[in-house]
Amino acid sequence: MIPSAFDYERATSVDDAVARLAAAGGAGKLIAGGHSLVPLMKLRLNEPGTLIDIARIPELAGVREVDGAIEIGAGTVHHAVATSDLLRARCPVVAETAATIGDPQVRNRGTLGGSIAHADPAADYPATLLALDAEVRIQGPRGARTVAARDFFQDLFTVDLAGDELITAVRFAPVRTAAYAKLYQRASRFAIVGVAAALDVAGGTVRSARLGLTGALSHAVRLTAVEEALAGRPADADSVAAEAARAGDGLSDLNADIHAGADYRRAMVGVFAQRALRAALARG
Amino acid sequence: MSAAPVLPKLVGERVKRREDPRLVQGHGTYVDDVKIFGLRHAAFKRSDVAHGRIRSIDTGAAEAMDGVEAVFTGTQIAEFLDPMPIGTPFPSPEHRAVATDVVRYVGEPVAVVVAADRYTARDAADAIVVDYETRPAVVNPEVAMTGHPTVIHADFDNNLAVPLVPSGTGVSPDGKTVDDSVVDKAFADADVVVSQRMVNQRLAPTAMEPRGVVAHYERGKGTMTVWSSTQNPHILRTFVAKLNGMGEDEVRAIAPEVGGGFGAKINIYGEEYVVSALSKRLGLPLKWTEDRSEAFLATIHGRDIIGYVDIAATRAGKVLGLKLRLIADVGAYNMLLTAAIPTLTMLMANATYDIPAIRTTLTEVFTNKTPTDAYRGAGRPEATYFVERGMDMLARRLDMDPAELRRRNFIPADRFPYKTQMGAVYDSGDYAKALDRALGNAGWQELQRERDAARAEGRLVGLGLAMYVEVCGLGPSASLPTGGWEHSQVTVERDGRISATTGASPHGQGNETTFAQMLADQFGVPFEHVRIHHGDTGVVKQGIGTFGSRSQAVGGTALHLAGAKVREKMAKFAAALLEAHEEDLVFEDGRISVQGSPDTGKSFAEVAAYAYVPVPLPAGLSPGLSEEAFFEPANNTYPFGCHISMVEIDRDTGELALLRLVAVDDAGNLINPLIVEGQIHGGLAQGIGQAMIEEVRYGGDGQPLTGSFMDYAIPRAADLPRFELDATVTPTPVNPLGAKGVGEAGTLGSTPCIVSAAVDALSGFGVTHVDMMLRPEKLWQIIHGGQA
Repeated sequence: MIPSAFDYERATSVDDAVARLAAAGGAGKLIAGGHSLVPLMKLRLNEPGTLIDIARIPELAGVREVDGAIEIGAGTVHHAVATSDLLRARCPVVAETAATIGDPQVRNRGTLGGSIAHADPAADYPATLLALDAEVRIQGPRGARTVAARDFFQDLFTVDLAGDELITAVRFAPVRTAAYAKLYQRASRFAIVGVAAALDVAGGTVRSARLGLTGALSHAVRLTAVEEALAGRPADADSVAAEAARAGDGLSDLNADIHAGADYRRAMVGVFAQRALRAALARG
Repeated sequence: MSAAPVLPKLVGERVKRREDPRLVQGHGTYVDDVKIFGLRHAAFKRSDVAHGRIRSIDTGAAEAMDGVEAVFTGTQIAEFLDPMPIGTPFPSPEHRAVATDVVRYVGEPVAVVVAADRYTARDAADAIVVDYETRPAVVNPEVAMTGHPTVIHADFDNNLAVPLVPSGTGVSPDGKTVDDSVVDKAFADADVVVSQRMVNQRLAPTAMEPRGVVAHYERGKGTMTVWSSTQNPHILRTFVAKLNGMGEDEVRAIAPEVGGGFGAKINIYGEEYVVSALSKRLGLPLKWTEDRSEAFLATIHGRDIIGYVDIAATRAGKVLGLKLRLIADVGAYNMLLTAAIPTLTMLMANATYDIPAIRTTLTEVFTNKTPTDAYRGAGRPEATYFVERGMDMLARRLDMDPAELRRRNFIPADRFPYKTQMGAVYDSGDYAKALDRALGNAGWQELQRERDAARAEGRLVGLGLAMYVEVCGLGPSASLPTGGWEHSQVTVERDGRISATTGASPHGQGNETTFAQMLADQFGVPFEHVRIHHGDTGVVKQGIGTFGSRSQAVGGTALHLAGAKVREKMAKFAAALLEAHEEDLVFEDGRISVQGSPDTGKSFAEVAAYAYVPVPLPAGLSPGLSEEAFFEPANNTYPFGCHISMVEIDRDTGELALLRLVAVDDAGNLINPLIVEGQIHGGLAQGIGQAMIEEVRYGGDGQPLTGSFMDYAIPRAADLPRFELDATVTPTPVNPLGAKGVGEAGTLGSTPCIVSAAVDALSGFGVTHVDMMLRPEKLWQIIHGGQA
């Protein structure tokens, strides 16, 4: 539980962080809350040469409204997301998701950017960002770029983020009729299965639906088959839930570990898809 | 008539723990806080294979690192350190603190580094290269018993640490002759027999503070001071002195604040021997602090015992006989008490019932896992679990209310002291009273109606009930190789303040508070004027330690006796000052005065001052007010209780929610009900944890799968309901306080009552037993018939 030796620097701005990351070459690693990175360092599974601390860069923190969208700075801690009045009013699923992460200590240190950059297959945020069709905003030595969440999460601990880049924010159009439901792993409180559902409901009909799934596969994905089946259906809880009951059926290569086997996870995808959809509709 | 005393009597009151302000504010001093000029740091290289022969160890790179002062392999350490002692009479394989040739579990030390700081020490340990010739590993005790695929210790055929020990009805005291006729007849006469294999799974104690040790050998004086996160510094002193070839007078052991023990810190561990031996050899102060990863591997585990339970009964629910065949997985080695812990499971097989015929057998098996030893309850929760789950199955078979079945089999309150088939003599008990109180508090019949109504709606709601009796207040010296007494010294200081020492070494039990309550009452002085010292063999002359729920029953009694001696002597001084008869004196409100005329008295401090400058010295008295007492109980104590739970299982996910936990515990007289409740809360949390979420898992190759809190769950406050506690009071005749002990009680009843509640909830699916832990997937598979 003692990391190997490393250098430590504190970045004062996004540009400063990018510059320091470039200067460190491949040995540099960003740290914000450290709640994914530090445990790996303690186990010596990750041994960065230089830690560049981005936890105190003002422009990285906060939840704000930008051009009708909501933007959350990558350095915003989970607690701030969970308690954001803006999110609770306009897009409660995000606050709800953050509130399920870890415990109070984790939520007061861990950051949104750290969580999605690490991309634990059981992390909560990715499901919700997928359901919101969020974009991930990235800054690097080649300038700024934006990646859709559905393209960002690529594989186990693998995202579309170069070693010299940092995530600055996520941005999404707020959806009120959205909810997140998860089956807790009782030790880590990560998701054995977590499903976020966002619905566009008009005139008693589901115009479109987006569902993000985490915990079940190597990385978070959209449940597109369910989304297609739901489009155009009546927006009542029972018919929506019926469509989602077998949401896990088409999935392959489900995760299996000491906490849950693949068959159980597959069944839970259906259960939690239904729960997320029912909760989303209840917000309508 | 004198006025009512101003100072309230404190014994029996809910006094807040005086330990807490310093602990919750971060002002406690733990082992890792100990700093000494010139302190060096140790790190252990540990085996990452479960079973293998060490072909070679290359320490070259480690030794070459800046700041590394020495590296020792197991073979080098064996040159100056004897094998680890054990505290039980069972034959045991040689156990080196650092392995010399064969490693037998993941986490076993193979080398140790001494360096200028702990970071360098850790880096150097990583730089040691060990080449293993791996051997097959075995992690399942029932496989290990066949001797295949491997034999872990050469002299222990079929990996049997203890081949088979019988106990109970018809077994001679020496265990050599066994007459099965009574037990066989009980089963032959039975209308029904329920039989079940049950697993009481392996748990990790997970104290908030991992272990740690600092050893400081002072060459000039030839003395050693050892700070350790231990439950029993005096036992530590004995063993550390012995293994270092020193006298007990030359070693001082200190247990500063100890952040949880749960039985795991009774043991004297290899790290304590190695760090002390290296400090002596190198002439340097040396520290080792266990990290959390090490704690999961290298601190003992608890439980891990399989029970084959058979209960024979009449149709009317009278239990005629019990068979309990136990197979204990003790891991790779015998530690201090390892082999003895499962014998406590045998000892308590009679439970709260008047069972006329019992046969238990115990087999202990080595596997390639971390050694087991005492963990909160230590053998008694296992006994309670096996018998209570068996009784629950019997009630279900007979279609009888589980409370009624218990009632028909209780040892009646007028039969105490009661000698069990297992040879225990239960001191006192009133089991029906505890049951009735719990049933009343829970609203048992109403709960049954609620459950039935919920079921009619399709909800999976269940009720569970468990009785328990445990053996506490350990114990007469005949039952403990360390001695079963406790020691205390009480001193009235020159200024009238009171200092007392206790050999019970509290580490969360709150004895600084409860013992001060007792002395404040005994001397009629303010609570704030009494201080309890503990955990330092340089301050506390003698002691055994705190385990087996003994600190109040045994340590508290020693304190009481020492206090009585001082009070008697102080009364003599006061009598001389007041020209009164000592038997007419009262100690009250900080004064000693003649009964009925408080104004004539002297302040407590005045009498104390006189005792230290006794001019004139009363005839027959020596100066001073300091007396000590050893207390050896004539028997153990046997606290008991009844726990009831209500659970609901989510039909879709298999998740189990604990809706209610009603506990009635009888620990005899209570010194401080608030602290007692705190102890029960903690015990319940750990008992509930075992039922629901805790389990140490290994892969078939002996690799641990639950090596961190990311995979090993312990209950959080949010996982637990509001506990509904109550107490009945059945004092013990074993000590003058009438106190039985309560530290472990919570872990006994809660575990089986929750499993029984889960089985009740799932009874519609034809289930009669589910092994712990009650993992959602397991329950979901039952509900969904194994459907994929």
